[in-house]
Amino acid sequence: MSSNNRKKLLLMGRSGSGKSSMRSIIFSNYSAFDTRRLGATIDVEHSHLRFLGNMTLNLWDCGGQDVFMENYFSQQKDHIFQMVQVLIHVFDVESQEVIKDIEIFTKALSQLKQYSSDAKIFVLLHKMDLVQRDKRQELFQIMMSKLQETSSAYGFPNLIGFPTSIWDESLYKAWSQIICSLIPNMATYQSNLLKLKSVMDAREIILFERATFLVICSSNTTTGELLDPKRFEKISNIMKNFKQSSMKLKSSFKTLVLDNTIFVSELSSNMMCFIVLNNSDGPQELILENIKKVRVHFQ
Amino acid sequence: MNSEDSNSKATILLMGLRRGGKSSICKVVFHNMQPLDTLYLESTSNPTTEHFSTLIDLAVMELPGQLNYFEPNYDSERLFKSVGALVYVIDSQDEYMNALTNFAIIVEYAYRVNPDINIEVLIHKVDGLSEDFKVETQRDIMQRTGEELLELGLDGVQVSFYLTSIFDHSIYEAFSRIVQKLIPELPFLENMLDNLVQHSKIEKCFLFDINSKIYVSTDSSPVDIVMYETCAEFVDVTIDLHDLYKVQNISDSVTRPQREIKSSSALNNGIVIYLRQMIRGLALVALIRPDDTDVESCLTVVDYNVDIFKKGLEQVWAHTRIKPLEAKGSK
Repeated sequence: MSSNNRKKLLLMGRSGSGKSSMRSIIFSNYSAFDTRRLGATIDVEHSHLRFLGNMTLNLWDCGGQDVFMENYFSQQKDHIFQMVQVLIHVFDVESQEVIKDIEIFTKALSQLKQYSSDAKIFVLLHKMDLVQRDKRQELFQIMMSKLQETSSAYGFPNLIGFPTSIWDESLYKAWSQIICSLIPNMATYQSNLLKLKSVMDAREIILFERATFLVICSSNTTTGELLDPKRFEKISNIMKNFKQSSMKLKSSFKTLVLDNTIFVSELSSNMMCFIVLNNSDGPQELILENIKKVRVHFQ
Repeated sequence: MNSEDSNSKATILLMGLRRGGKSSICKVVFHNMQPLDTLYLESTSNPTTEHFSTLIDLAVMELPGQLNYFEPNYDSERLFKSVGALVYVIDSQDEYMNALTNFAIIVEYAYRVNPDINIEVLIHKVDGLSEDFKVETQRDIMQRTGEELLELGLDGVQVSFYLTSIFDHSIYEAFSRIVQKLIPELPFLENMLDNLVQHSKIEKCFLFDINSKIYVSTDSSPVDIVMYETCAEFVDVTIDLHDLYKVQNISDSVTRPQREIKSSSALNNGIVIYLRQMIRGLALVALIRPDDTDVESCLTVVDYNVDIFKKGLEQVWAHTRIKPLEAKGSK
């Protein structure tokens, strides 16, 4: 099972749908502006990313021009579609040829069924920022029901989809769910986190991967608190911005303490924790000491 | 005379030819609009005034740029007398000869009516220019302005130039300096900040207006734009995170007075960024270098000193027109 720590992710979609932009923002610290500079991807661009130390993500960013696409489904099909853990298919919401987009999606599905039938499928409706706010939900529903139908026909009944945009935090939500589906020892993290929560008397604790700031897991607060449902993605976005700005001082940040209630600190070499306390009266040293002690359990 | 500033609003007059970017500046600096959204702003046809209260009560008046040349009439005399600073926006990506002539005429008039006026020129939209070309343009504009003014017999007028763009922090920096000139208590403030810096291992500190992210004062060491950017971004981070988790406090806030925002962040190279809320929507942001002492004791000293600094601020501004209550309500 040594190969289990190497995950193959296919990033597919037609030309111009924003695949490489996503990859650059999430994994290479690009800002949304910087992605304009990216040129078209030629054939397949591989990137090997270490995630949480022991996991390697092999991201196959497949160029989306028709010439390459044809190739993937004919000559290279066994090479491309073998041992795939995850297919991330990106749709451009502004696309003129929706029928053709879906056709390519079905082609990919049929290959996957043949070569790696237990792959997980995610679809991203990308560039949502170009659609009017009030129409986004409706458009997403229509598209998803259509795609659900197609993917069920090919034997992938549970399709998960996200509306995304590089200009807001929706991108982080999508990717953190995708990556989380690959983490094997999630249950351990979860139970450790809940213990930590009770010890610290916290309102909420969230675990982030350090380099990408994707949410790994959170102590689920089902107490009916009125918290912003989008807070995870927003924190990812805010913290990543802060990370970038601390780079200007030629450093990276270690801890952040806000109002004595919010503590952001590194847990291990590849994890950050975000702790929100119930009361702000506890001495800061005690809390930081607690965080230090807990590090052992998240290595 | 300008000395009436203390009981009238300090006013900034924003002028320039049409499509120079005046409204965009207003929206971006004071309304937190995204720079890209300003592409769709309509043309301003009437003079608009907007009020902002930070340390001083500030009004920014924007005049439409449509008038072919500036025509002096009765109204403009009164207007210029009440103004503290004239900000003229020149589009650096456009042919600017017309703008310069227009500018000279305005300056001549303004200077005659109100000799105390601060004259500021924003060489705007420099984001599209290369580094060499920026310097070239600035030199060219400065020289031509000098010539125009000399022709009108006004070679003694102080004109300041700023290279600005709404797509980076340069516009905030420029506005910070412009607003600073209108604060009568500035030397005193700087002194206080200098004192603070001396006694608490602070490398650089800024007094920010939280909403607009312009700084009303800083200590007397030179301003590094990188430090300014980092501090401004830290204000953003703090406010965003604070807002995310304050939902629960809505019911509490009636009974309990709002606590001041305070945050600090330690970086791996030893620098600590520190933020404390001050009076009137201001925040003190400081870069601290603890060197060989440990972070906690350093922060304790800073906390203590900042407390004193805040008391100082409160005392100085206790007798000004806005009652503290009002200031709190506007936050």
